Amino acid sequence: MTPMFKKPALVGYLPAGFPDVPQGIAGIKAMIEAGVDAVEVGLPYSDPVMDGPVIQRAAEKALAGGVRTRDVLATVEAVSGMGVPVVVMTYWNPVERYGVGAFARDLAAAGGAGLITPDLIPDEADEWLAASDEHKLDRVFLVSPSSTDERIAMTVKHCRGFIYATAVMGVTGARDETSAVAPKLVARVKAVAGALPVGVGLGVRNAAQVAEVASYADGVIVGSALVSALGEGGVQGVRELTTHLVGGLSR
Amino acid sequence: MQADATGHFGPYGGRFVPEALIAALDELDAHHRKAMADPEFSAEFGRMLREYAGTPSLLYEAARLSAHAGARIFLKREDLNHTGAHKVRNVLGQALLTKRMGKPRVIAETGAGQHGVASATACAYLDLECVVYMGAVDVKRQALNVARMKMLGATVVPVDTGSQTLKDAINEALRDWVTNVDTTHYLLGTAAGPHPFPTMVRDYVRGIGDEARAQCLDLLQKLPDAVTAAVGGGSNAIGMFQAFIPAESVRIFGFEAGGEGVSTGRTAASITAGGKGVLHGARTYLLQDDDGQTIESHSISAGLDYPAVGPQHAWLHDTGRATYEPVDDREAMDAFLLLCKTEGIIPAIESAHALAGTLRVIPRLREELGREPVVVVCLSGRGDKDMHTAIDYFGLES
Repeated sequence: MTPMFKKPALVGYLPAGFPDVPQGIAGIKAMIEAGVDAVEVGLPYSDPVMDGPVIQRAAEKALAGGVRTRDVLATVEAVSGMGVPVVVMTYWNPVERYGVGAFARDLAAAGGAGLITPDLIPDEADEWLAASDEHKLDRVFLVSPSSTDERIAMTVKHCRGFIYATAVMGVTGARDETSAVAPKLVARVKAVAGALPVGVGLGVRNAAQVAEVASYADGVIVGSALVSALGEGGVQGVRELTTHLVGGLSR
Repeated sequence: MQADATGHFGPYGGRFVPEALIAALDELDAHHRKAMADPEFSAEFGRMLREYAGTPSLLYEAARLSAHAGARIFLKREDLNHTGAHKVRNVLGQALLTKRMGKPRVIAETGAGQHGVASATACAYLDLECVVYMGAVDVKRQALNVARMKMLGATVVPVDTGSQTLKDAINEALRDWVTNVDTTHYLLGTAAGPHPFPTMVRDYVRGIGDEARAQCLDLLQKLPDAVTAAVGGGSNAIGMFQAFIPAESVRIFGFEAGGEGVSTGRTAASITAGGKGVLHGARTYLLQDDDGQTIESHSISAGLDYPAVGPQHAWLHDTGRATYEPVDDREAMDAFLLLCKTEGIIPAIESAHALAGTLRVIPRLREELGREPVVVVCLSGRGDKDMHTAIDYFGLES
C-alpha cells in the first residue's frame, strides 16, 4: 500500500458532529481548502481516555447533539472527494458495536482511507486486521515513548498508511512546548519503518511548532488547536489557523 | 480458572488501552507475578491483613435469618474488616506492590468514596502519596467520605466531565496514569480494567473465599451448597467465588444491581441488561447504546453503580459456571431492613443485594436438593455509609 502522505505533511483532526454535523463538515472542508495533506475525522465517544479537555468537551457536545456513528460515515463521505486522504480516528467500542466487518465495508464505501485506533493495539486487533485487508483500508496504530523496541517493530509491521507517534506521555491538548522526547521516538520508529511515514501528534498549535516537528517527522498532526479554532472562530477560524500552520511547512 | 498469558478469560479481558500504558501494564504484571511467587511478599501481605485489616473475617451463622428463610445461611463478615469492607484487602495488596515497584505516588478512582477512603488508608499506612479522582456530582453527594480522605492525607480531585460519576473518575485516573506512569501506580478499585488488573485484584481479594472454604470445612466438615455475592465491578464476588470455582457441587450466584428494574433502563445490571463490548480497557459486558456509547448506570447502591463488570464474571456467565441475576433497589432495601431486624447487623446496600438474591434462590435450592441448603453470603461491607440513603428511602427523618 502507498504511504498516506509525503514529508512534510500537515494532518488535521476535527471530530464529526461538532458543533453539529453540517458545521463539522464545513470545518473539515475549510481545513482541506487551506492546505492540509490528510484529514482525521474523530468519532465522538462517551469515554475518551486519550483525550484532553478540548476534545472531550467537543465529543460531549457532539453526542449531546445526537451525533451517531452513521453521521461520522456521512461526514467522511462528504469530504472524501476533495483530493486528500480521510481517515477516521476512533476508540474501539463503537466499531465493535457497529460490527468490525460492516464498519470497514461502510467506511470504504464512504471513501475513507482507514482507521486510527488509539485504544486498540495490534495484539488485540485480529478482526480489524482481517477486515482492513479485505476492504483495503489503512490501519494506523500508535507508538509511544514508553514502547519497547520490540513493540515498535511489531506495531510498525501491522501499520499501513502511516504510524502515529504520540510525542509526549499524556493526553491530547495544545502545549506551549513540543516534546524533547519526540525526535528520539521518531528516530527509533524510522529505524524500522522503511517507507512508512511517521506522524507526530499531541500538543502542536502554531506554525513554529509545525516547523520544528516537520524537521524530524514526516507528518505533523494537529487536533486540539483546530477543535478550539472551530469552537471559537467557526469555519473561518479553522481556515485561518490551517493557513497559519501550513506556513510552518517549508515547501 | 485463570486468564491466559495476555489476560483473556475466553473472549473477555485483554488490553484495550493506549500503547503508552502497555509498558506499565507489563511492568505491573511482572511485579505481581514475582510477588505472588515470593514467600516474603505473602508473609508481609498476610501480616498486614491479620494485624491491620483484622482478617480472617468471621464466618457467622445467621440463625434468625436462617429460620426466616428456611436455610442455613452463613455470612462472611467482611463488614468487620478495617475500613468496613472487603476493599481493604485489595488496597493493601496493591499498596504493598507499589512500594516494591519503588513508585512513590498512587492514584485511585472512587464513586461513593469507599475505595477512595480505603486507598487513602493504605497510603497513609505505607507512606505513599495518594490522589483520588471523584466525579464532581459524587463529591457533592458524599461530603463525609471526602472529609475522611482528606483526614487520611489524600488529595481529592473532582472530575467535571461526562456524567461526573465513577466512570468519568476512571477515565480521568487513566489520563493521569498515561501522563505520570513513571512515578505512579493506578490503584484500581475493582477486578476490571486492562490485564493484569482483573487477575491481580482477584489475587488480593481471594482470601474471602479461601477463608470461607476453610471455615466451612472446619465448622461443617463439608463445602456449602452455594456461595453468593453482589456484583458491580465484581471484586468482592470474584474474591468469594475463586476458591469455589473448581468445586462443582457448589453453586455460584452473583447478584447485579437491577436499579429501578432492568426493563426500565435505569439499571446497573450489565450482564443481564448489557451487551458485549469494550470499556475501561477490557472486553466484557457493558451497558451501551446501539452505537457503543456507554449508558449511565443507576442503582441505589453507589458501590454497584457501574456500567460494566469484570471480565472473569463475563466468562463465568458465558460458561454457565456462575449464575447472574438482577436484584432491584426495592428488593435490596427490603433485605437491608430484614438483616437489621433479624440479626442486628446493618449491611452495606451492596451486600443487601447479595442477601436479597440469596433469599430469592433459597426455595429453588431447597427444591433441587430436597433439604435445607447451606449458603455462604458475602457480606462485603457495613452500612454506616448508607444511612443517609436509608433515611431517605425509609422516610426516617421527622
